[in-house]
Amino acid sequence: MDFLRPASWEEALAAKAEHPTAVPIAGGTDVMVEINFDHRRPEYLMDLNRIGDLSEWEVGEESVRLGASVPYTTIMENLRAELPGLALASHTVASPQIRNRGGVGGNLGTASPAGDAHPALLAAGAEVEVESVRGSRRIPIDEFYTGVKRNALAPDELIRAVHVKKADGPQQFSKVGTRNAMVIAVCAFGLALHPRTRTVRTGIGSAAPTPVRAKAAEEFLNAALEEGGFWDNGKIITPSVAKQFADLCSASCNPIDDVRGTASYRRHAVGVMARRTLTWTWESYRGTRRTTEGAA
Amino acid sequence: MRVNFTVNGRPQEADDVWEGESLLYVLRERLGLPGSKNACEQGECGSCTVRLDGVPVCSCLVAAGQVEGREVVTVEGLADYAKQRAEGGCATGACGTSLQNAQQWEAKGDSHTGEGTELSPIQQAFIDAGAVQCGFCTPGLLVAADEMLERNPTPTDADIREALSGNLCRCTGYEKIMDAVRLAAARQGEAV
Repeated sequence: MDFLRPASWEEALAAKAEHPTAVPIAGGTDVMVEINFDHRRPEYLMDLNRIGDLSEWEVGEESVRLGASVPYTTIMENLRAELPGLALASHTVASPQIRNRGGVGGNLGTASPAGDAHPALLAAGAEVEVESVRGSRRIPIDEFYTGVKRNALAPDELIRAVHVKKADGPQQFSKVGTRNAMVIAVCAFGLALHPRTRTVRTGIGSAAPTPVRAKAAEEFLNAALEEGGFWDNGKIITPSVAKQFADLCSASCNPIDDVRGTASYRRHAVGVMARRTLTWTWESYRGTRRTTEGAA
Repeated sequence: MRVNFTVNGRPQEADDVWEGESLLYVLRERLGLPGSKNACEQGECGSCTVRLDGVPVCSCLVAAGQVEGREVVTVEGLADYAKQRAEGGCATGACGTSLQNAQQWEAKGDSHTGEGTELSPIQQAFIDAGAVQCGFCTPGLLVAADEMLERNPTPTDADIREALSGNLCRCTGYEKIMDAVRLAAARQGEAV
């Protein structure tokens, strides 16, 4: 094994072009487990910790550019207002020690269906900035996950940052596990209200071969909210609408039975989380509406 | 490969390091510092917790090559680290814990009361509260708890639980550990 230590992003791209099999390592919280257990013996290990730019973030007009190695702890502490869904999801990642090292770039690189960041990214709307010596491109999050632990990266590409849309409404994240810390999600659910476009977006984790959106459920809810004038009148969501939304979210799952849970449990739990997160976010939306209207 | 880094305030050099080796392995097997414990090797148990540039991390998940030029504090250097913090830095210019002292570090003196040896406040509190049983998880808990008290001198019980959520103990049921951290926090408050 060779240990590559690029001192700059350009050096890293050149090294990846020269050695496409090189495994990038940043926080190491996934890669080192595989090496410790002899599940993986990469020819080249490429340390990205020396590239300072990867640990920086920038809040723009429309979105946040989050460097690939920004640790979850930093997201929780600094981006709660801009990226509430991702901040909540970050808080459920493993333990403080892991959150101090791991970041969203690693989650995307590993592309496990159980990665905690994915439902939040899908719900908020995001683009993954990847680059190689051939050039840079942005992959929409919906096209990023291509299979179980597979993503849309070319062999010579590295993840540089993720551009996450700044929240324009309430967001929630919910995760099922056996305890609060150190849990791989049995299943997880992210929901974001986008009042500006009057749309709702979802993200489901650990209940299909890849992280997925519940698109049929989103379309149903978008239509139901529009039809009932909910965005304007701020009424409580009709229980039948919430139930139908939950059922459609369950139906979007394609889970398996495994040691963490059965397929039918996952389907059921996703429905419960969908209903709950819808209630939480909608109550929050109604609350902010009342506050602004009260002032008028 | 060779790795140069700072351990407990002193520059160290590890040779013949395999590229896929963890920081934990380097500390234990190359530098002879067995304080950080090796258990799960997957970040679940926290028994290998050290400070990397001040941040608590699982040393089993840090590749050795990643610590080149960086600073590591292990449980062996915790007493000196806490002392320097209390004194606002290194007054004598000869701080840190030498490799030899670290290799031979033990809570000397009365093992029940800790008298006769220099311990960090959190170490003393663990002894006084009876928070050590088999002791395997203790080094990781000490490093994690010490860092929390540095950041948050008046933690609530929820804060303590959150800060120690990445450290497993299979003996104590955690109650005595909670007592120890509360005790260290209270003493820290009195001292100010």
